[in-house]
Amino acid sequence: MSSEAAEVPRFRPREADEDLGVQYEDMEQQNESYIVGMWTFLVTEIMFFGALFLAYLTYRTLYPSVFMAAHYELDVKLGAINTVVLLTSSFSMAIAVWAAQTKNRAIEIGGLIFTMICACAFLVIKGFEWAAKFEHRLVPGPLYAWPPHGYAGPVVPGNETQMFFCLYFAMTGLHALHVIIGLLVMIVLLVLILKDSPLVRYYMPVEMTGLYWHFVDVVWIFLFPLYYLIPSH
Amino acid sequence: MASITARPGELPGEFPEEGHVSYLNWSHTLRSWLLTVDHKRIAVLYLVSITFTFALGAVAIGLVRLELTQPNGLFLENDTYNKMFSMHGILMVFFFLVPSIPATLGNFLLPIMVGARDLAFPRLNLLSWYLYIIGALMAIGAMLFGGVDTGWTFYTPYSSIYSNTNVTVTILAVFLGGFSSIATGINFIVTTHKMRAPGLTWFRLPLFVWAMYATSIIMVLGTPVVAITLSLIVVERVLHIGIFDPALGGDPVLFQHMFWFYSHPAVYIMILPGMGVISELIACFSRKRIFGYSFVAFSSLAIAIIGFFVWGHHLFVTSQSMYAGMVFSILSFLVAIPSAIKVFNWTATIYKGRVWLASPMLYALGFIGLFLIGGLTGLFLATLGTDVHLHDTYFVIAHFHYVMVGGAIMAYLGGVHFWWPKITGRLYPEGWAKLAAGITFIGFNLTFFPQFVVGYLGNPRRYHIYPEEFQVWHILSSAGASVLAVGYTIPLIYLLWSLKYGERSGPNPWGAAGLEWTTDSPPISHNFHEQPVVTWEAYPYNPEVEEFEAQQDREAFQAYLGGIQPAVEEEAALDTQGPHASPAAQPHHAPPTDEDEDL
Repeated sequence: MSSEAAEVPRFRPREADEDLGVQYEDMEQQNESYIVGMWTFLVTEIMFFGALFLAYLTYRTLYPSVFMAAHYELDVKLGAINTVVLLTSSFSMAIAVWAAQTKNRAIEIGGLIFTMICACAFLVIKGFEWAAKFEHRLVPGPLYAWPPHGYAGPVVPGNETQMFFCLYFAMTGLHALHVIIGLLVMIVLLVLILKDSPLVRYYMPVEMTGLYWHFVDVVWIFLFPLYYLIPSH
Repeated sequence: MASITARPGELPGEFPEEGHVSYLNWSHTLRSWLLTVDHKRIAVLYLVSITFTFALGAVAIGLVRLELTQPNGLFLENDTYNKMFSMHGILMVFFFLVPSIPATLGNFLLPIMVGARDLAFPRLNLLSWYLYIIGALMAIGAMLFGGVDTGWTFYTPYSSIYSNTNVTVTILAVFLGGFSSIATGINFIVTTHKMRAPGLTWFRLPLFVWAMYATSIIMVLGTPVVAITLSLIVVERVLHIGIFDPALGGDPVLFQHMFWFYSHPAVYIMILPGMGVISELIACFSRKRIFGYSFVAFSSLAIAIIGFFVWGHHLFVTSQSMYAGMVFSILSFLVAIPSAIKVFNWTATIYKGRVWLASPMLYALGFIGLFLIGGLTGLFLATLGTDVHLHDTYFVIAHFHYVMVGGAIMAYLGGVHFWWPKITGRLYPEGWAKLAAGITFIGFNLTFFPQFVVGYLGNPRRYHIYPEEFQVWHILSSAGASVLAVGYTIPLIYLLWSLKYGERSGPNPWGAAGLEWTTDSPPISHNFHEQPVVTWEAYPYNPEVEEFEAQQDREAFQAYLGGIQPAVEEEAALDTQGPHASPAAQPHHAPPTDEDEDL
């Protein structure tokens, strides 16, 4: 089948497609590779957060009343606002990706900036929440005190409520770290786009960032009900 | 000792002359090595790095084995002893065995075996090496400046609350090494899915590629879990967020569950690549395609998947419930089945093959025997009642060293020897190699078989001081360790010697079948002069019994070899990674003559 020399596929010489990596044959292969790679990375992120969700699951099953009591100290309003903020940011990110694919620079930049504003808003609100915890001495460590001043909920062992807050800070902290990383990546992307860098001439970097950002959003969608919406029976 | 002589059927071709340009010599600058994105150079960087970490881990255990010749200790303090075995475990597991075959042979061979010019993400590949180096240097630094005495398992609450050693820095180092692993895994998965050459369907892939793919799945799914689990120890030590602290209602056994959720699949990360290598070696040195190819391929995936469901067999003697123990026990028995399927298929391949007992084959045969023993003793440990007696004894140590050293390291050495001519373009002295394989086999058994005995007799593991009646077994084991050290040092010497003084190798000194053997030795930067189009099934060796399909595959492979004609002008345009040699220096594969029996 490769008897005719003309039929034998050769490695495509690099000509006009400067965005094509040397190891790829065509843009389709490159795009698909990047997407599969990004999804594989997100699977690793699921396992990363999953381990903490497992720890949460274990301790909530062991100490259901403790978790229920401790969660009253979380501000559901702020948590809900943060949820809306992140969902909106996911939407604006999706707009930015669509704009990148259709080469609409203005909307791409606008979408990215709006997403970044939402990310900052999320972090600011989170900062207020954490500051309130510090004030009420609900931060794990030698300064932890239970019950906090003005607490009117059911009586539960104080040391076990500290476990709730250990998990709370670990998980929201890890999530906030991922928000910060996403924000940094978006800043880099924005700078590259504004400088018209060849690195962002094609849409894939924005699409991959979009996938990552949606993942960050989905993690929060799980975190919010598990921590803020524990039902009382 | 004579070097490898040509065998009947070795592919004819021009041997590369002095001026042959390859991935190794197109540039000698430090920058071209430290900023390379060529998967072959990165593989060599890894090869050098892991040799260093292996040597350090070996020195650590050398001190331990020396110490253990006396039941009441010789020259180490208790704390130093604990730090020595911890250093051995941490360096060997995280910084030698987990990267070993995937990062060296996998990085080098995977793109070539799928017919690509590089991995899907070459820069991510380089990043993974840098993460490894930073992690390894941090870990070694932590060992040298105070050490860690928790063991490589970092059990809480000792590691999280009570230990005064460099736990935090070591865990951060392991964390970075873990990300190195994850990067490699992502790269391999995407490359295998997306970059196979035309005609190269999944079931035409070499079994080494299947093994790398299964290993990558484990790396991608398991490593993040241990990363976060170990990070929780750091967070507890530094920030007092005590997820495992009993004072807060935490459960130290939860740590064990989370730790072993990765660390059990991790042992399959360590053995599956070795099994992939063995498939390649057995096929080549029996001159036969692997018997039951699809069974071997699927068994790699089965080991990867089932391996995620057996972690509880490390927790039989903890507060884990007896019912969970029974489930984990039966699943641990089940995971042995795919491994056994591989051993049966390898044996069936050797049967009625034309066996060539070259040095890589000696390593492969050693693997089969030693892995068999290691695997079977694993079943003893998977049995609930027996494990109560054997848990935390030397029996466990002997078991996992039989599979990890007798298995994985012998496969690694066999693979390094087999592909050495491809990687370096040099032949090593075969006589010395055979001798080293034999010494390694003897030294290994002398080291670890007494440990089965002394463990069964009740000697606990990780103990500095032991009852006097066990001394003779410890002395046998330590004597064996010195023999094993000789067995590992000899290849180091002659392989390094061969780099300068070894005979230059042609493209295929072993007469093996596979895309990597159609490239130059060492290959050019872009691996292939033309993209291969694969029309043959895997392992197109000349079968003993004439089978029509095998005949077709052999002819297709021969036609491919005969058709490789580098075009001068196009090559100059393509090779952007380095200067291109004149066409006269490129080996030209003439079609095999009628006298050739192989290929």
